[in-house]
Amino acid sequence: MTITEIVAPEPSGDENEVAAATPEFERAAKRAASRRGFLIALPAYFYLVLFFAIPLVIVMVYSFATRNRFGGTDLSGWNLDAYRKLSEPLVRDILFRSLWLALITTVICLIIAYPFSYYLATRTPTIRNVMLVFVMIPFWTNFLVRNYAWRVLLGTNGPVSKATDFVGLGDTRILFTPTAVVIGLVYGFLPFMILPLYASLERIDLGLVEASRDLYANGFQTFRRILLPLSMPGVIAGSILVFIPSLGAYVTPEILGGAKTTLLGSYIVTQFLTARNWPVGASLSFTLTVVMLFATILYFRKGGRTL
Amino acid sequence: MNDNPAASDTTVTAVGLRGITKRFGDVVAVDNIDLDIGDGEFFALLGPSGCGKTTTLRMIAGLEFPTQGSLKIFDHEVGTLPPNKRPVNTVFQNYALFPHLDINDNVGFGLRMQRVKKAEIKTRVGEALEMVKLSNMGERKPDQLSGGQQQRIALARALVNRPKVLLLDEPLGALDLKLRVEMQSELKTLQRELGISFVFVTHDQEEALTMSDRIGIMDQGQLLQVDPPEAIYERPVNRFVADFIGQTNLLEGNVESSDVVCLLNGARIPLDTGLAVGSSVSVILRPERATIGSRREIEPGQSAVDGVIRSITYLGNAIVYRVGLDWMEIDVREENLPHETRHEPGEEVTVSWDHGAVAVVEGQG
Repeated sequence: MTITEIVAPEPSGDENEVAAATPEFERAAKRAASRRGFLIALPAYFYLVLFFAIPLVIVMVYSFATRNRFGGTDLSGWNLDAYRKLSEPLVRDILFRSLWLALITTVICLIIAYPFSYYLATRTPTIRNVMLVFVMIPFWTNFLVRNYAWRVLLGTNGPVSKATDFVGLGDTRILFTPTAVVIGLVYGFLPFMILPLYASLERIDLGLVEASRDLYANGFQTFRRILLPLSMPGVIAGSILVFIPSLGAYVTPEILGGAKTTLLGSYIVTQFLTARNWPVGASLSFTLTVVMLFATILYFRKGGRTL
Repeated sequence: MNDNPAASDTTVTAVGLRGITKRFGDVVAVDNIDLDIGDGEFFALLGPSGCGKTTTLRMIAGLEFPTQGSLKIFDHEVGTLPPNKRPVNTVFQNYALFPHLDINDNVGFGLRMQRVKKAEIKTRVGEALEMVKLSNMGERKPDQLSGGQQQRIALARALVNRPKVLLLDEPLGALDLKLRVEMQSELKTLQRELGISFVFVTHDQEEALTMSDRIGIMDQGQLLQVDPPEAIYERPVNRFVADFIGQTNLLEGNVESSDVVCLLNGARIPLDTGLAVGSSVSVILRPERATIGSRREIEPGQSAVDGVIRSITYLGNAIVYRVGLDWMEIDVREENLPHETRHEPGEEVTVSWDHGAVAVVEGQG
């Protein structure tokens, strides 16, 4: 349940209780509390700086560098060539395709997860826990293995193909299409939608639903006017948790997508490993990270506040 | 129940229950209830927790559906209608105000759902807030109001829809005593002014007695007695009702003849029970109906039993003596008047009461 902790940062209020006597004492107590807090958070800060901030700076530096003719990168002659490349039609298509698939994945996850989470939130605690374990079970198997499993399921003469053939739809070819990628992404990221949604729905007093029905709202109006606004923090958190990894997904599109559906993740990998154009790969990575960072900050300043 | 005004033919029945039963799995929450609540009546459903009173209210609201029976609101069968299709509104126990909407939108919610015009919503919300004396609170969010204010908003939010029946589920339970007493009289006044039926669920017998036109006493899913407060108090139908409403001494005995009851200690008291000779009965003696005197100080027209003062509880305006009889203890309440003689523990006394001061119910504990 680490998801809940990410989306719901509870303010720790215990410092306020200590501080009561004098202003000086209050200030000293606050300083002590913040010092303690810093010490506790130190390992996390260390981790973030070492494995996020420093690598991000390196990526940024490389994005302004130049590719030399031998496939290496010259850390001199700083320029914006790599960023100019991002406006090329090929890259733009990949970008839009990735955005589109990530968006579809997010919407489908939302549509599947919302009713399920509501159902979950309205069950008895025992049933909730059992069902939450079911939601987690896929994590027990490696992500890569699960993607290969979909390859079998969606492939020619696979169960899905046979089933559609049986009902008279012909043997559908889903594998190596964008549809296969979306199926794989939805499957992979659905738990990340369910958990925050469940966490926010579970906190809503069901008496409000009854009050709404009592005040002449039908089922849909109750959803629209009461449940949805009150569960918005969960909707936003879940959407971010699904949209971001979907946009940068590499494994699923590689395994389930065809050659025609190159997505951002694959393109970046190609730039680094095959084309050996590190600046372009770096510029794309950096742009993506920065955009996502701003989107997340925006969320925490807007929707996050009501958590 | 013949002296109950609302059940007579001349009054309109606002809510009519016939053979209403609600089961949750194997549990029978409400067991075959018949009840008519008159238009304009203040009706209290009273009982201990788990007696089925809230379930009954929720069935009228449409938040639960009866397993069996007919439920009519102004002669329309509504038993299977969802809550939004019923002309009733509810004030919930915890108020259930929508935390994300301000007070104006909370109060206007029902009207908005009924597609009332914006301008009219504004006027009616304003009137409703004025009615509960919170006109200046419209812009606030529910969590910026005190418990008492939230309670009034919940009331306004229900009444703004002009329901034909207002349902209240222990609405005063969360308020402190002073506020509760204040709200009791306000609710009563409001109900008289509006002239609609209030159906009020409570476990507080005092609240039920002071506010209601009639009270329905429930226990274990059954409706035991429906009567005006006075009748409930003076003529309870069984031991449960007698015990639940007010303080009661239940003196057990047997019907000896048509007008004599023999108590368990052998004392004979003249009492016309209307029950068959040999029936076991309980005589209901309210603490304030008995008086304590020195031994053998009985006047004609009184019954008496001898006992010893065991303990004394000082209540300020009254004193409650616990008197040990041969076979049980009873409480006697005396007003704390200056000329009254005080009794001391250990004192041998006679507890006496007027013949007409007691009621009798069948059965023993």
